[in-house]
Amino acid sequence: MNIHIKNGRLIDPKNRVDTQQDVYIVERRIVAIGKAPQDFIAEQVIEAEGLIVMPGLVDVAARLREPGYEYRATLESEMNAAVAGGVTSLACPPDTDPPLDEPGLVEMLKRRARALNQARVFPIGALTYGLKGLELTEMIELTEAGCKAFSQADAPLTDTRVLMRAMQYAATFGYRVWLRPQDSFLAKNGVAHDGEVASRLGLPPIPVVAETIALTTALQLARETGVSLHICRISSAAGVELLRAAKREGLTVTCDVSMNHVHLTEMDIGYFDSNCHLMPPLRSGRDRAALRAGLLDGTIDAICSNHSPVDDDAKLLPFAEAEAGATGLELLLPLVLKWAQQESVPLLDALARITISPAQLLGQKMGHLSVGAHADICIFDPLTAWKVEPAALKSQGKNTPFNGYEMQGRVRYTLLDGQTVYESQL
Amino acid sequence: MNNPQLNKHGELQHLLSTEGLPVHIMRDILDRAATFLDEADGREFKKVPLLHGKSVFNVFFENSTRTRTTFEIAAKKLSADAVNLNIGSSSTSKGETLLDTVDNLCAMHADMFVVRHSSSGAAHLIARHVAPDIHVINAGDGRHAHPTQALLDMYTIRHYKKEFHNLRVAIVGDILHSRVARSQIHALTTLGVPEVRVIAPKTLLPSHVEKLGVQVYHDMTQGLRDVDVVMTLRLQNERMQGALLPSAQEFFKYYGLTQERLALAKPDAIVMHPGPMNRGVEIDSSVADGPQAVILPQVTFGVAVRMAVMSTLAGNTK
Repeated sequence: MNIHIKNGRLIDPKNRVDTQQDVYIVERRIVAIGKAPQDFIAEQVIEAEGLIVMPGLVDVAARLREPGYEYRATLESEMNAAVAGGVTSLACPPDTDPPLDEPGLVEMLKRRARALNQARVFPIGALTYGLKGLELTEMIELTEAGCKAFSQADAPLTDTRVLMRAMQYAATFGYRVWLRPQDSFLAKNGVAHDGEVASRLGLPPIPVVAETIALTTALQLARETGVSLHICRISSAAGVELLRAAKREGLTVTCDVSMNHVHLTEMDIGYFDSNCHLMPPLRSGRDRAALRAGLLDGTIDAICSNHSPVDDDAKLLPFAEAEAGATGLELLLPLVLKWAQQESVPLLDALARITISPAQLLGQKMGHLSVGAHADICIFDPLTAWKVEPAALKSQGKNTPFNGYEMQGRVRYTLLDGQTVYESQL
Repeated sequence: MNNPQLNKHGELQHLLSTEGLPVHIMRDILDRAATFLDEADGREFKKVPLLHGKSVFNVFFENSTRTRTTFEIAAKKLSADAVNLNIGSSSTSKGETLLDTVDNLCAMHADMFVVRHSSSGAAHLIARHVAPDIHVINAGDGRHAHPTQALLDMYTIRHYKKEFHNLRVAIVGDILHSRVARSQIHALTTLGVPEVRVIAPKTLLPSHVEKLGVQVYHDMTQGLRDVDVVMTLRLQNERMQGALLPSAQEFFKYYGLTQERLALAKPDAIVMHPGPMNRGVEIDSSVADGPQAVILPQVTFGVAVRMAVMSTLAGNTK
């Protein structure tokens, strides 16, 4: 279909564009920006006056819960949530049941996702079989099936020799290794940041050194093996500092942070709010400030939703027994906008963290609005104020620590490959 | 954030923790407890009809003999119907969730729940869940809180020391895993004790413990000097060896309360223990049975304090 997006404010971080310009789409691609091409006849005009037109969001961590956890969420429900949040590409961690350690599983997931035709799904393959941390997966086969990187998700990899071998093997073929740094011995049974709140509430703690020790190990092994390393969900000030130094030194390392950690701290646990039971745990105010500083100076490349829908029964338990995780796909954009407003970050820089930067982490060409690019586009109203009401979320997971928060900025249209896959009810 | 223990009139709706418990409510409970004890010797309980027709469910997801029994006696002295449930051995092992169990008990017309659970925050979860006319008393949740124990300890201290504002109190032992210690610290600081000390090796102290308003000691000789009250804690069997402590013997050697160490405290210092004691681990028998120990009176006062808590709650409705 030929689509004319008219009178919108175009923000394209990759091309450093922030100006009022029209976008012209023919079939699946953007054919012109600014001036209509000759003979262009629009079949659909999207009136975008007062709206912001940006590349579709790229989320490097969204659990879709398939296969294995369909009672928590299904591909249908979560893809609906994705496009309602303006997310057109997402990477899903391998901690499904069974884990994404077989090419057949990855192909099935890709096929199911493609059939729904809502957002592009990029599976992250398991680094070891069953995420058990013992044997390497068939990374070549998995890559051919569609995996974009290899990860242990939140599963421990305690044997450093296996980790080193995995990195060497991945480095041989230029595959990326994604790790969430957490020493499993120091974090054992832990559910909250080892700080004032956990001490007061008597919650089993996870100290910051659990992150920095694992991170130091990962960085040292990356230096040794030359692997392209991505650090997932950094949570502490000390962790940010280690990454800053590693980047300064020229190591090939990248990093993301979850939107939860950009906004919340251990204090939000209040009286045992299990919606704030997250992995990694919410840390101190000082840590949050350092994460924000890391985003500003580029130490942290991307912000992700770390979307992890959990069913109500698994949250209606005492804090430590409740399952970790929060829904997030529909809150990623407004929370990035909120952060940008609070820290006076120009939208061009803020939106880069959820478009071009994460696309590069996945080694993909999307995340921008250049002529010739696939028309994956998010159009949102920056002035619409709304309140987070779990029941109104499209995601099957209603669990969010942002329940009742006032947000500003709401998605009006989401386009995937030149097709309108979401349009909000006014 | 609303204080989950108080109703909209600022009265006690549930007793979940001594943290955030207003000082006047704490003092009222102690005063009321005194009225349940015979004035002559302070040992006999009066039977009163304050909870007549009410059902008190003692729901213990974790084993306990002493605490459950004192709650049961307290409920009966208040003329309530007391029902004891040891859930640890029934429903949850069949897969029933905590709140399903609670819903079932509510359907049996419980008026008050006394809850013990191995997970921190369990009592808060139940209090949030039940109907507004039901009261919840936390009888111990994980490492978090054991408010009635702390209140009976405060009663004991007041009984022997009369005032709080001139005291120096030391808490000795496994602070890290102790809900009793956390509740004691909040109660002592709320009641105006100017100096609360904790004494333990670093492996048995939570991080940032000083933010709770205590002074940290690792050495018994320094920590016990000139204190008015020594509160010892039970060292759980499973903590006695492994990565936290090398052995019970070594713990006793450096942190056990012996006569020699107690001599460093003030001559009229009292010694407390929440029970059950490990003689020869955290406390020497000569101290436990000695003239400064007030461990058995603590148990007696515990019944009166629990009567006071239950009757206070029953008098408050949302």
